[in-house]
Amino acid sequence: MTYTFGLDTFGDRNGGADGKALSHAQTISNVVEEGVFAEQAGVDFFGIGEHHTDYFPMPAGDVVLAAIAARTDRIRLGSAVTVLSSDDPVRVFQRYSTLNAISGGRAEVILGRGSSIESFPLFGYDLADYEELFEEKAALFAELRKGGPVTWDGKTRAPLLNQDVVPHTESGPFPAWVGVGGSPQSVVRAARLGFSLMLAIIGGPPARFAAYSDLFQRALERFGRPPLPVGVHSPGHVAATDGQAKAEFWPRWRDIIALVAEERGFAIPTEESFDWETGPHGALYVGSPETVAQKIATNLRALGATRFDLKYGMPGLTHEQLITNIELYGRQVIPRVRELLG
Amino acid sequence: MSTTDTLAVLGAGHVGPVIARLAIKAGHPVAVATSGDPEDIALITELVIPGARPRWAADAVADADVVVLAIPLHRFLDIGPVPLNGKLVVDAMNYWPASDGVLKAFEGGGSSEIVAQRLVGSTVVKALNHIGYHELEDRARPAGAPDRRAAGVAGDDPAAVAAIAGLLDRMGYDPVRLESLRAGRVLQPGSPVFGTVLTLADFERAVREDARSLR
Repeated sequence: MTYTFGLDTFGDRNGGADGKALSHAQTISNVVEEGVFAEQAGVDFFGIGEHHTDYFPMPAGDVVLAAIAARTDRIRLGSAVTVLSSDDPVRVFQRYSTLNAISGGRAEVILGRGSSIESFPLFGYDLADYEELFEEKAALFAELRKGGPVTWDGKTRAPLLNQDVVPHTESGPFPAWVGVGGSPQSVVRAARLGFSLMLAIIGGPPARFAAYSDLFQRALERFGRPPLPVGVHSPGHVAATDGQAKAEFWPRWRDIIALVAEERGFAIPTEESFDWETGPHGALYVGSPETVAQKIATNLRALGATRFDLKYGMPGLTHEQLITNIELYGRQVIPRVRELLG
Repeated sequence: MSTTDTLAVLGAGHVGPVIARLAIKAGHPVAVATSGDPEDIALITELVIPGARPRWAADAVADADVVVLAIPLHRFLDIGPVPLNGKLVVDAMNYWPASDGVLKAFEGGGSSEIVAQRLVGSTVVKALNHIGYHELEDRARPAGAPDRRAAGVAGDDPAAVAAIAGLLDRMGYDPVRLESLRAGRVLQPGSPVFGTVLTLADFERAVREDARSLR
């Protein structure tokens, strides 16, 4: 079995040594360094998730990925996720096929909504139309990815008549995934459109997704498609010891969840719930390399998954803490997980 | 209600399958329906909701003692009241503009009160809306377990509230009864019990404090 291990970032705004937030520009240029360093540390994939907030100033991740592509040779580069519903599938295809050209065929795309919603009002979309927008745009993206002229007609963008969309991906379609947060109907849709399945598990017990893997493979069969990989995306933080990782991560996680809780109107999580999520049955991968490796191996096995992307960082963590996280993940966690999975 | 009572769960997205599994585990016959052909969710019910029967919505509702609404709230506006006439309806939906966008019909009021106004021939109870779908099963515990958590149930009809309180208890939660849909606003987004899983004592304290702050 071939396993792939990635890192994802939302451009989490870095803290400085004095505890103050670094500028958006400094944070973004640090992400470039982190992506380049991830390759050196032995990480297989580096992903950037689209966000539009002061604490995640990362609306144009493809530009940042292009900068990383120019300084690397091997690491795969992609979105994690692209908010397709509030974007134009033609432009998304063009941006990532351009990244594919720059990087010598290393581009990937993960499509989804994420838990981020800011792009809808920003670009003039109604959240109530989310389902319709995603369904139609994902179907068009599936057509574009095949290559060749596209004829398409729908409600969400101008029609295409035998349209040649460039640049071509001569070496074949780049990998494309759909990020799914827990709706079985989304799992079936990914299979129907021929996208791989990325399970975004950010809270609650990961094992509850095991049936989704089966559902995905059975649905692929039903639609007459070959098997496709299942991946897991989850947040976490690796440091030298469990204690240090938790001490660094918890206050940052609490602050950002409190901010989002205030914006969205849900209760602020307690330290008890954090301890549960970082424990053996929770969704957060926070701890020493051994703790994190054991948890990744256990969950990949339970979920029938061959890809794991750790969403590293949290607003307020320093660039140096993130570099340490990347180094431990690449040099210790990944080899250990491979060993555990035999 | 007793465990021989049949539930129709409308919705097979994030929430519907979780509620359906809990109801099956509690001993109830369960049908699941969406707005479309049951064949479209046959694979989902087989693998993700074993024991549930996929049906057309109209058939599922006609044979149900309790109907659970687990669909996006904007889709509810497409449903007419007639098919649900005479039914006990559990509203597990939320009006959550920060997450799902603004719906004019639900601005300024309790969402379940507005649901009840539209479903004039039904008895509406608000429940199963305030605990995240990712936690709802994992936090369920048998009666008497020391770490059992609480779940709210609100409605204007005391018998209906009692029936759904019994369902919550069988599903694994200590029910907290609220005497009206108006009082059930405390279960909505923005309240101290929304999106967390509290013990009975903490839940009751949060509800009391919220009621005080509204005075």
